Amino acid sequence: MIVYLLCFLLFLVGLYGVITRRNLVKIAISMSVMEFSTFLFFALIGYIDGGVAPIVDPADPVKTYVDPLPQALVLTAIVIGLATTAMMMAVIIRLYRKYGTFDIREIKSLRG
Amino acid sequence: MNPLIPLFVVIPLAGAFLIMILGRFIKDFNKYFASLVLLLLAVFSIYCLATTGNNASLYKVGGWEPVNLIPIGIYMVMDGFTVLVLCIINVVGFLSVFYSISYIKRFTAENLFYALFCLMIGGMNGVVLSGDLFNIFVFLEISVISSYALVAFGVEKNELEASFKYQVLGGLASFLILFAIALIYWKTKTLNIADISKVLKTGSDRSFYLFVELLILCGFGLKAAIIPFHAWLPDAHSSAPSPISAMLSGVLIKAVGIYVIIRLFFNMFAVSENMSVLITTLGTLSMVIGVFLAIGQWDIKRLLAYHSISQMGYVVLSVGIGMIIISRGGRPDIAALAVAGGIFHLINHAAFKGLLFLNAGSIEYTIGTRDLKEMGGLAKSMPVTSATSFIASLSISGIPPFNGFFSKLIIIIAAIMGKFYLLALLAVIVSIITLASFMKFQRYAFYNKTGNNRKEIKEVPFPMMFSMILMSLLCFVLSLLAFPGIRDVILMPAIDILTDPVKYSSFIIGN
Repeated sequence: MIVYLLCFLLFLVGLYGVITRRNLVKIAISMSVMEFSTFLFFALIGYIDGGVAPIVDPADPVKTYVDPLPQALVLTAIVIGLATTAMMMAVIIRLYRKYGTFDIREIKSLRG
Repeated sequence: MNPLIPLFVVIPLAGAFLIMILGRFIKDFNKYFASLVLLLLAVFSIYCLATTGNNASLYKVGGWEPVNLIPIGIYMVMDGFTVLVLCIINVVGFLSVFYSISYIKRFTAENLFYALFCLMIGGMNGVVLSGDLFNIFVFLEISVISSYALVAFGVEKNELEASFKYQVLGGLASFLILFAIALIYWKTKTLNIADISKVLKTGSDRSFYLFVELLILCGFGLKAAIIPFHAWLPDAHSSAPSPISAMLSGVLIKAVGIYVIIRLFFNMFAVSENMSVLITTLGTLSMVIGVFLAIGQWDIKRLLAYHSISQMGYVVLSVGIGMIIISRGGRPDIAALAVAGGIFHLINHAAFKGLLFLNAGSIEYTIGTRDLKEMGGLAKSMPVTSATSFIASLSISGIPPFNGFFSKLIIIIAAIMGKFYLLALLAVIVSIITLASFMKFQRYAFYNKTGNNRKEIKEVPFPMMFSMILMSLLCFVLSLLAFPGIRDVILMPAIDILTDPVKYSSFIIGN
């Protein structure tokens, strides 16, 4: 149970960062922290206590295996997360060129 | 196995690839090839709409057959509701890309524009065709990442800021969706929508699934910009290039937001009363608050974006009424009428809101501003834009004989028959305020004379005119869907598969 709570704590750390930080790059880092807490949770639900890697051995059929599907899903999700982070960083670099600052308080031309 | 189904994903992805490679060497390859790809997809989707009817077809990726009636591979499903949304995506996509041929000339990097456009279409087609939760997530990310890039396409201050805001909120929505998928997999040990609904029927852990339903509603509600989650929409939709605004407002928020909410809440979760009341409340809030936010806007595209929130409110409200009636065990014909009204309005909104954004793009193309106060007297110099935007304005405000009138009428009749008198009254009032807001748009943009001498203004080039005229014809033609003979063929299969609790799952995994 404690690992799930720690995982949730990691998510809250990321959320706190997104809400309170003023620096664009720090917001992007906080987004990544949140993202990885979700991935960690996804990987955890496939874990079975005492299980081994799911490579079927015909000689020993009674082994307990961990669930391999969440691992495959998390790998896909990590690749998607890479694309999202790269996209966000590209936009941040462009914003820095336009405004000369990473401070979110000075980047607010859109209102209402 | 229907071999046409994977083509909806494969063709646009291959198109994006070829445009990036060959577009460098062959002049003008990108625009004509992208139009050709989208035209092909539009023809395919109309063909599927004509042939699907009450049947549904299935494609098992990799040919993995079910084991003991438990599906183990990736399924792609095409049923009555899917083909309707596919038609919206590909037809509006074709008209937008054809419009872009002239419009996008003032930007550099046309190759990237058309490649991203094809990627976005491929992602949306994947979302609506996918039969399992994780693939919905993957295709959703494909389409939204390309839409982040397309919103920032102008790379000026406003575009970048809007794109950043959109990415933060869109990223948050993706985590919520992924978290909900993880929780569902934890409990049910399956990801196939039909299989999950079967598992949910046998065992029930209400409080756990209520939490999952809330997560799903928040995640896809953020993508669909229902009112407490709407902050990104006006910025993103007004900053994007106009054909992209038409795609985002007309198609993207429906395909990755509303479509998935409707599909999951009807076909996966058992319809429960407290969730359906919540959905109806959110829909009503969007409908009312969206239109009031729209009134004070002077930037045309922001005005249209706020109206998108309001019109999506109509769809969610109507579908929510249908859900409440089903969960209370009311008359199924009224529930079916309410859901039909919602889906009909969803289709219509794609036609008229797409057209309005294309009109806004034409105005911006010729006079270079989006501020209503600086326009005026364009009716004489731009007759096509003026006439088509007049049709779209009447259609969105619900004036007969255009399509918006019929769908709003069905929604209001369903609300009255279901004894939701207050909601029916609110729907009428919001419709009147919408009319007032579009009267302002018409008057300031096309009729009000300003002091400026505008002799040099010309009508927009042919591709832009063609798209706008075809869209305005759609606004007429779609109203035919309200009449019994045509409604039974096109609209009713979608309603059947949504309101029948077992039809979808029994079709996919058998009894």
